[in-house]
Amino acid sequence: MKADPHGVLTGTHFIDGDHACCEGALAAGARFAAGYPITPSTEVVERFAARVPTVGGTFIQMEDELAASITLQGAVWGGAKAFTVTSGPGFSLMMEHIGYAAMTETPCVFVDVQRGGPSTGLPTLPAQADMMQARWGSHGDYEIIALCPNSPQECFDLTIKAFNLAEEFRVPVMFMMDEVVGHMTEKVVIPPADQIEVVPRKHTRKSVEDYLPYGSNGDMVPEMAHAGEGYKFHVTGLTHDERGYPNMTPQTQDKLVRRLQNKIRAAVDRICLFEEDGIDSADVVVVSYGITSRVAQRAVQMARERGLKVGKLRLITAWPFPDQKIAEIASKVKALVVPELNLGQMVREVERAAQGKAKTIALPHAGGGVHNPDQILNAIVEAIRC
Amino acid sequence: MLNIDDTVNPVEPFLRSDRMPHIWCPGCGIGTTVNSFARALIDSKIDLESLALVSGIGCTGRVAGYVKLDSFHTTHGRAIPFATGLKLANPKLNVVVYSGDGDLSAIGGNHLIHAARRNIDLKVICVNNLIYAMTGGQTAPTTPGHATTSTNPYGTFEPAFNLPHLVEAAGAVYVARWTTFHVRQLARSISEAFQKKGFSFIEVISPCPTLYQRRNKMGDGLDTMKYYKEKSKVKHGTPTSEVGLTLNGEIAVGKFVDRDRPDYQSMMRAQYVESLGERYIEEPEVECVCG
Amino acid sequence: MRLTEIRIAGFGGQGVILSAVVLGKAASIYENGFATMTQNFGPEARGGACSAQLIVSDSPVLYPYVTRPDIMVILSQEAYQRFAPELKPGGALIVEEDLVRVSDLKGDPKVYSVPATRFAEELGKRMVLNSVMVGFFTAITQLLTPDAVRKAVADSVPPAFRELNLKAFEKGFAYGTSLEAPRRSELEELTYSKE
Repeated sequence: MKADPHGVLTGTHFIDGDHACCEGALAAGARFAAGYPITPSTEVVERFAARVPTVGGTFIQMEDELAASITLQGAVWGGAKAFTVTSGPGFSLMMEHIGYAAMTETPCVFVDVQRGGPSTGLPTLPAQADMMQARWGSHGDYEIIALCPNSPQECFDLTIKAFNLAEEFRVPVMFMMDEVVGHMTEKVVIPPADQIEVVPRKHTRKSVEDYLPYGSNGDMVPEMAHAGEGYKFHVTGLTHDERGYPNMTPQTQDKLVRRLQNKIRAAVDRICLFEEDGIDSADVVVVSYGITSRVAQRAVQMARERGLKVGKLRLITAWPFPDQKIAEIASKVKALVVPELNLGQMVREVERAAQGKAKTIALPHAGGGVHNPDQILNAIVEAIRC
Repeated sequence: MLNIDDTVNPVEPFLRSDRMPHIWCPGCGIGTTVNSFARALIDSKIDLESLALVSGIGCTGRVAGYVKLDSFHTTHGRAIPFATGLKLANPKLNVVVYSGDGDLSAIGGNHLIHAARRNIDLKVICVNNLIYAMTGGQTAPTTPGHATTSTNPYGTFEPAFNLPHLVEAAGAVYVARWTTFHVRQLARSISEAFQKKGFSFIEVISPCPTLYQRRNKMGDGLDTMKYYKEKSKVKHGTPTSEVGLTLNGEIAVGKFVDRDRPDYQSMMRAQYVESLGERYIEEPEVECVCG
Repeated sequence: MRLTEIRIAGFGGQGVILSAVVLGKAASIYENGFATMTQNFGPEARGGACSAQLIVSDSPVLYPYVTRPDIMVILSQEAYQRFAPELKPGGALIVEEDLVRVSDLKGDPKVYSVPATRFAEELGKRMVLNSVMVGFFTAITQLLTPDAVRKAVADSVPPAFRELNLKAFEKGFAYGTSLEAPRRSELEELTYSKE
């Protein structure tokens, strides 16, 4: 269906990534946000707080991130599209509820504007060091989806995508921004509402008698009902059967947890978005995401100006990880260079997926800034030489 | 002639009979509170389809699984913030939070006081068995001094929370306490809370014969009923500062607070109308989310 | 519009960020180029020093930070001390004449001064000094077309102050244009190359 025009600020704007993310959420139909202030993410909810009363919806500033990350899920079961926004320390506090959303199949979006860590770290400076936490931070086995925008325009476009994926798969989606993208101001074009595709909630049409809250459908994504509609359903974080009733047996656990995993893995091709350039003729491919992908692009340009055969792969979807894409590329090139604003996170995935077919070269940066394009260029030159 | 079908328990329509038997121990008071809750639903003729029940984690947290309502068994301590989201997203819902003392006042204590401060329109039923029962009888913020628990085997010495006093100070509009001996009074209080708009808090003192009564040599479930009957004093309107509990001591019960102040959503609406006038849109545009 | 790095710095309340927003809008929205603006966040940005970085280009801006500014707009002595050494050799230094004393200059920059605050006060509101500065910048650098910047000024300020800000822009622009031609043309020799 098309976006509700009330939430769409159609026009050409000069705004930062945080504000663009808020506009993306409104355009996607988010009418509820619960937050707790934390740099460098707060501008997202500040704008939401200013905009939502004129659109129809609610913002509540909760007492902490533990509360924010579950309040939004209450709102989802009340019928809203909802999200929360945070940064490292707050993201850490939200982990239990990411697991709850995965287990209860609550469609929602967690925005993490990454800053340097661990702990309080660098509140006003960038990092990309929450990537593994986004994937594995809550206990137990589960799948999530994570997207990585690299510009304010993408903070708008991909926030809509994040909500759409959350609804389609009934899964929490991590929106992995970083301080640079969040605070960077650029031109953002917001199209008319009738050009914005929005995925509605996968709401059941079954009668109360026929409805099974966690019944498996062909696509492994159950249909949802909201509180107050007469279905009298039960939602629990305990291992549950198709009725939603707690059932703590190895058999039920196996069936449930595998479905939670498989509903995402079976759709990897559809979920995994990337941007590639010059891979077919490349000796070396630079694999990057988020703000680092822009710096990497500069380095790739510089390398090509020197006559080097360099390709780029930008991960727009970080999770699920595009194993197959990496394997394909690895079988064609000498090396994969992976710059990222952490001391080696996604590079592990690249190395795993490359299966030794190409050399994987990590280019870590502890955060607080971005790579110098020369550093990436040197790594490319080095990789081609060896 | 009374038209009573004595083959059907009158509270049965409120329960998920396909989930019986329940997990609670013999002599546990939680089932008794659920019975009173069901009575209150009958008495107050509340529309069950508009009613959602939210629990946290613990023995009382399991209530959500047994009631035939839209019910949410959330994470430990977070029933209140979940319920807050549910209520704010759909103000037509009647939202009940049903959880234990450890869940609501220890790990969830911050949410308890802030929801009371905001005066979110929630009905909180706090079953207080004075310990953490599900995990084996550890000390809770409500455990009275000198009681023996699995983590204070030589007796507790931390001061305990007086929950009615705490929530009144934080802003609750309705505060009552009963024991599981007072099944009718409890049902009446729950019915009254449904008539209130704002943060209502009903504490129910309830036995855990397995872990609290036994360790503290207070006998079994029946002995506890006798204790509740003898030691409870109905003290409506008494200052909540005077209703703290002691080991084996008097239990002040009754309705302590019944006052009115605007609830969160009324205040939010008023503020937006004042600041934004006609630009304020209260309800989201109705959009078909049915796939 | 070759890739050009600009730093604007002063103290809070001078409209430093707004100046960068106006120029960024002009470049990316009204001239269909590309612009990326970043600001310094953190405790040091509150109250005292305030700085914005703007990169404009006719192709997408990839590297987000300003490293060696081609143009620097300086509105306070503190900002001068802190940032002037970063200016690219031969770059343009635009200063608030009454607030910045230029000394110890290295790298042979072209210096342009404007009494922006005084002009703004003459127009009746000190707060429009940033629009005076933006007008002056437009005339001196000839980086952006005056029309694009006028449009950006008009849609970046509250409607009630639109006219006043446009007047301030014209004041600064006229002052910049009136400077002797040789002094202006010097800037055209600047190389903005980024290697």
